[in-house]
Amino acid sequence: MSERKLLTGNEAVARGAWEAGLLFASAYPGTPSTEILENLALYKEDLYCEWAPNEKVALEATIGASMAGVRSLAAMKHVGVNVAADPLFTFSYTGVNGGCVLISADDPGMHSSQNEQDNRNYAVAAHIPMLEPADSGEAKAFTALAFELSETYDCPVLLRLTTRICHSKSIVTLGARGAAPVIPYKRNIEKYVATPANAKHMRARVAAREAALAAYANSAPINTAEYNGRKIGVVSAGVAYQYARDAFGEEASYLKLGITYPLPIERVRAFAAEVETLYVVEELDPYMERQLKAAGIACIGKERIPEAGELDADILRKSVFGIAPKTLRADTPAVPRPPSLCAGCPHRGLFYVLSKKKNIMITGDIGCYTLASAPPLSAMDSCFCMGGGVSAGHGAAAAFKRVGAPQKVVAVIGDSTFFHSGVTSLMNAVYNKGDSVSVILDNRTTGMTGHQENPGTGRTLMGDETAEVDIPALCKAIGVKGQNIYIVNPLLLAETEAAVDDALAKDEPTVIIARWPCILKRFSAADRAEFDLSSKRCVIDPALCVKCGQCVKTGCPAICAGEAISIDEASCTGCELCRQLCKFGAIALRAAGGEA
Amino acid sequence: METRNILLVGVGGQGTILASKILSDALLEKGYDVKMSEIHGMSQRGGSVSTQIRFGKKVCSPIIGMGEADVIVAFEKMEALRWFEYLKPGGRMVINDFEIASAPILMGAARYPEGILAELSAKADVSVCRAAEIAAELGNAKAMNIVLLGALARVLDLGDADWNAMIARNVKKGFEALNARAFEAGAKQA
Repeated sequence: MSERKLLTGNEAVARGAWEAGLLFASAYPGTPSTEILENLALYKEDLYCEWAPNEKVALEATIGASMAGVRSLAAMKHVGVNVAADPLFTFSYTGVNGGCVLISADDPGMHSSQNEQDNRNYAVAAHIPMLEPADSGEAKAFTALAFELSETYDCPVLLRLTTRICHSKSIVTLGARGAAPVIPYKRNIEKYVATPANAKHMRARVAAREAALAAYANSAPINTAEYNGRKIGVVSAGVAYQYARDAFGEEASYLKLGITYPLPIERVRAFAAEVETLYVVEELDPYMERQLKAAGIACIGKERIPEAGELDADILRKSVFGIAPKTLRADTPAVPRPPSLCAGCPHRGLFYVLSKKKNIMITGDIGCYTLASAPPLSAMDSCFCMGGGVSAGHGAAAAFKRVGAPQKVVAVIGDSTFFHSGVTSLMNAVYNKGDSVSVILDNRTTGMTGHQENPGTGRTLMGDETAEVDIPALCKAIGVKGQNIYIVNPLLLAETEAAVDDALAKDEPTVIIARWPCILKRFSAADRAEFDLSSKRCVIDPALCVKCGQCVKTGCPAICAGEAISIDEASCTGCELCRQLCKFGAIALRAAGGEA
Repeated sequence: METRNILLVGVGGQGTILASKILSDALLEKGYDVKMSEIHGMSQRGGSVSTQIRFGKKVCSPIIGMGEADVIVAFEKMEALRWFEYLKPGGRMVINDFEIASAPILMGAARYPEGILAELSAKADVSVCRAAEIAAELGNAKAMNIVLLGALARVLDLGDADWNAMIARNVKKGFEALNARAFEAGAKQA
């Protein structure tokens, strides 16, 4: 009997790709997509996979592997597809050699994202077929199918997942690894060189391909109808189908779509003819609904079902049938529990210093450090996208200067984010003679997504040692003057503040590299050699503490302001930030487990 | 059978995901259809977290709505309060008698709510579990999650599953015996 296992959607995609003979994969980590590549790396005897510095590079490398004739895959979160959109749209024109799949992991409800854009729209815009699995079993099966479709129709295929598919486990039947043919590479200038002359021919092929795919979609076995009662029919796809199945129950009939671009409109029309009232149940945009209505198929969708946020069965019951669940109620409200920078997080020192500066704008970026925008630090003015802080910071600084405003600008960016797309932003600030301060928070890992390697860590996804980006040398090469590059331990407040003050006083682009490892990271031998990571903790002497609350203002979750101020022994890491702030000498440092 | 819904709630870092994994594996072995849903990313940095397990003959949605949880295990007391609305009227709640202050409380801007156990016990079928103390007595405070899993297994009447094997499959090497003891101690609690 074949083995059955509970897998997350991400694990199932990795398994499906491996079974389909995948030979190359690339990605930049991003929730909820990260575990796809982490799981592919477990099959490193059979395939090659890597972390790219950003999603555009990941997709381009994947395109190269496809041209070379192997089955290849790129995985990213929804906003990552924005970064990779440039190669994607033209790759749709050229088509593939080895089968190629792009995975977009969308995040309805923004569990861990800055927006909830609906990437189904990319399939339409780029003219590429799209599959949407509704559980882990389908995630595995559709991955394999996506490679076949890619090779049959000569195009990349979009596999669109959402958070609840990526991070929910369901039962998957495991198969063996199949052998995918390696398609020999032959130079084909007309196919792969998208000059205007060639691209015009490619565009015509795209139109013909789309017509063929529409015919396929209308008869594809991954679209399934379940006929029960005929009063209500539901068209749905992905995890929304599961919510619909629970909310509409055994009485309704269902058309569950596996391929949603091209939308199998004739299949939907035939289903609609069998039922009295047709509902379209989909998360986020009225993507299917719009197409149904344009095709003259009457349906109920977003006039009842919310467009913003995640759906669930409750929301459907309420919005469609007006049924609210019976619930118990507690009278005492729970105090909010927002996430916060960890105890011992090196970012806290830098942001504490910045929080005290008057007349500065702090342009932020994507990473754990965005949590510094929360009280008590509240030390961030903006957060848009990967790499955006450094470029926005330069623009703001130039504008302030132009109008004679008193503000200076500090841009903050993590090491992995700097490699992702901050390097070109810094280049811009230098090239255009800006005076913003760019702080690179080099915590020696990709923190937010769970400690992935990056070009600055000296190790690859597959565990090999490799070259390490020399950040100060890189900044110098871009044109930042040596005397304008500061390297500090962000947990040392005096040192950090001196660098910030010095940089703010300059009329040239400056870079502060705040270098200390993420406290949650598994430390490497190099980390242990460079940093004092011995086990310590801070303790408050209640006899000396005057409860001034200075230590509390760091927002450290190990410090508790109750009747007395205390430090939780289990969570303190002995970073000593609070100790530097205590004017009364009430905080002492101890070796963990030892006496003062 | 009707689908049963289990909600494990707590604070990032308390080990709700590991406990859910072991439970899901046990349910799979017993022949149920199982779905488990968890949230990764930013909320893990000390935020409120939940993992959801649904099992039965055929499970559709991977997530549990308000008023739908047959059993809630709260790894932290205030989280019991926060997720109380998810409990099905007539459902069962296991609460770890353990407090973790959240950021507004740490900063002195709010107080940790008092009388949670009394209030919730008056409104629902609540068992209080001293999982933190029990884990500490066993020599490792981190085994608290497995103590709570033991209590949950008892409530779900899943005593006949091969728990030791499921625990051994999921915990770090060398910690199997400790966690097996933690599970047993928890099963005596509920």
